[in-house]
Amino acid sequence: MAATYLPHGSDQLAEGARRRRATRPPWMERASIPTRAVKFIVIAAIVVVMLYPFISVIATSFASVEAANAGGLFPTSFSLVGYRSIFSGGVVEHALLVSVGITVVGTSLSVAFTVLLAYGLTRTRDVPGSKVVLYMVLATMLFGAGIIPNYLLVKSLGLINSYWALILPVLVNAFNLVVVRNFFMEIPREMFESARIDGASELQILRRIVVPLSKAVIAVIALFYAVGYWNDFFNALLYLNDSGKWPIQLVLNQYVLQGTPLSQIQNPNQPPPPAQTVQMAVVVLATAPILVVYPFAQRYFTKGVLTGAIKG
Amino acid sequence: MYLFIVPGLAYFVIFAYVPLAGNVVAFQNYSPFLGFEHSPWVGIHNFTAMFNDPEFVTALKNTVIISLLQIVFAFPAPIALALLLNSLLSDRIKRVVQSIVYLPHFIGWVIVVSIWQEVLGGTGPINELSKRLGLGSVNVMTNPSTFKILITAQVIWKEVGWSTIIFFAAISTISADLYEAAAIDGARTWRRMWHVTLPGISSVIALLLILRLGSVLTVGFEQILLQQNAVGTGAAEVLDTFVYYRGVIGGDWGLSAAAGLFKGVIGTILVVAANRFAKRLGTGGLF
Repeated sequence: MAATYLPHGSDQLAEGARRRRATRPPWMERASIPTRAVKFIVIAAIVVVMLYPFISVIATSFASVEAANAGGLFPTSFSLVGYRSIFSGGVVEHALLVSVGITVVGTSLSVAFTVLLAYGLTRTRDVPGSKVVLYMVLATMLFGAGIIPNYLLVKSLGLINSYWALILPVLVNAFNLVVVRNFFMEIPREMFESARIDGASELQILRRIVVPLSKAVIAVIALFYAVGYWNDFFNALLYLNDSGKWPIQLVLNQYVLQGTPLSQIQNPNQPPPPAQTVQMAVVVLATAPILVVYPFAQRYFTKGVLTGAIKG
Repeated sequence: MYLFIVPGLAYFVIFAYVPLAGNVVAFQNYSPFLGFEHSPWVGIHNFTAMFNDPEFVTALKNTVIISLLQIVFAFPAPIALALLLNSLLSDRIKRVVQSIVYLPHFIGWVIVVSIWQEVLGGTGPINELSKRLGLGSVNVMTNPSTFKILITAQVIWKEVGWSTIIFFAAISTISADLYEAAAIDGARTWRRMWHVTLPGISSVIALLLILRLGSVLTVGFEQILLQQNAVGTGAAEVLDTFVYYRGVIGGDWGLSAAAGLFKGVIGTILVVAANRFAKRLGTGGLF
């Protein structure tokens, strides 16, 4: 099962698909009408089950007071009352900003540490000891210390209630490291050798040669890290006792799942908007960044996971 | 070169290896005020207390039941989906469906549970519809007796698409000659799937299944923690939630660390053993 990482592979694949369709081989005949009908129904059902919940949430978040109370499969009116009450409060806004901050800082640090270590581990033959480090990293995929020792460590480092507690314990992911290292290993050695002969330092080689050639794979792991930081719930629950510091996922849990009202988001001069509308508006805001990035990132995600999964 | 290695190595030592040593708490009557050095040693007392604790036994039982449910239902689902999508002739439809089914993988559990709550909860459209049809009120989100099925369904919804990727990769390695030969021998679509595609991906299926069996003590922690209040601990206590509530919330550090260590050691042994077994079957293994 050898697979190579093709930065421009999609064009070739599309080309191949086009050619295949032009001269479809004899074993790719069209299925019979009943088979096709069954397939169509099954696939349509899958698509509905996957998409309807998203549509329902978005529709509810835009519902007016009357429409939300009326129920039904789809609310029928449009109103911004839910969003307006969120943005007049400040709790959700603050939590969104916190999440953005953690995601940006965390992703930058994670990518930097991962790329440096991955490059450092590309020459296990010439650099004594680096093979041991590689095995140490790989071994962490097999075990985890457990919740309690991790909590006690973070506590003894004095990181409780600090945003660093959400970044440092998950700084480098062994799987992502393997993905990047595999990619670096594929770069022809001659490129490094000639640069070294020209007197380039290792840092220059990394910056001028390796990173520019690896933009696609670095984008992949950056996206993996960013999704991880954005969606993180448990570390925040564990380490942030001060609810004023909470990221969006914790606010979402508190407000939508545990049903604790956020008193600050109610304007005393107006009748309160329906709780469900406001809750779903929070859900939409928490999901929006992923929905926005997803269409662009999807292609890279798939490739990244294949590079790592097949070789790892 | 060492300058590149040191920062990352420091991370792995501090946050992956130092906490391993922290597991000594499992053999102590640990108190945060006394610390590791001065807390009294109690030998394996925490472990014997753990097995005599009915809550731990419930947690262990629930964990294994949920894991088995997921192996039976959530594991084959992506294989079926991959075969179905693979049988589509139109690449465009295939790609569109793929982008739709991959999406939930990137949504965090808090959001996934919120979305399910919105659709299937007491005020959701499904309950509304069922009431209108005269079927009475249904709220699967708060029903303890169906909770394990619910979370299996959630796992399928979230991961079925993403998990097809590995099977697509395996299918793409099957030589077209085999399909051609089968077609010439008169095998039609179903027989080709049965005799060419499935055997072609069987080693990947076996490998993933064995590794899944190796992580039988690991179930979706965040997913269950988020929904435990709605259904109660009887149905929703698993090993990880037990450790979290007993230790971090309850302050019983020794006992909860013992439960965590138990899970970690058994889990590692199972994964390594599963990998050995996979290698013996000739499927290569992962490491």
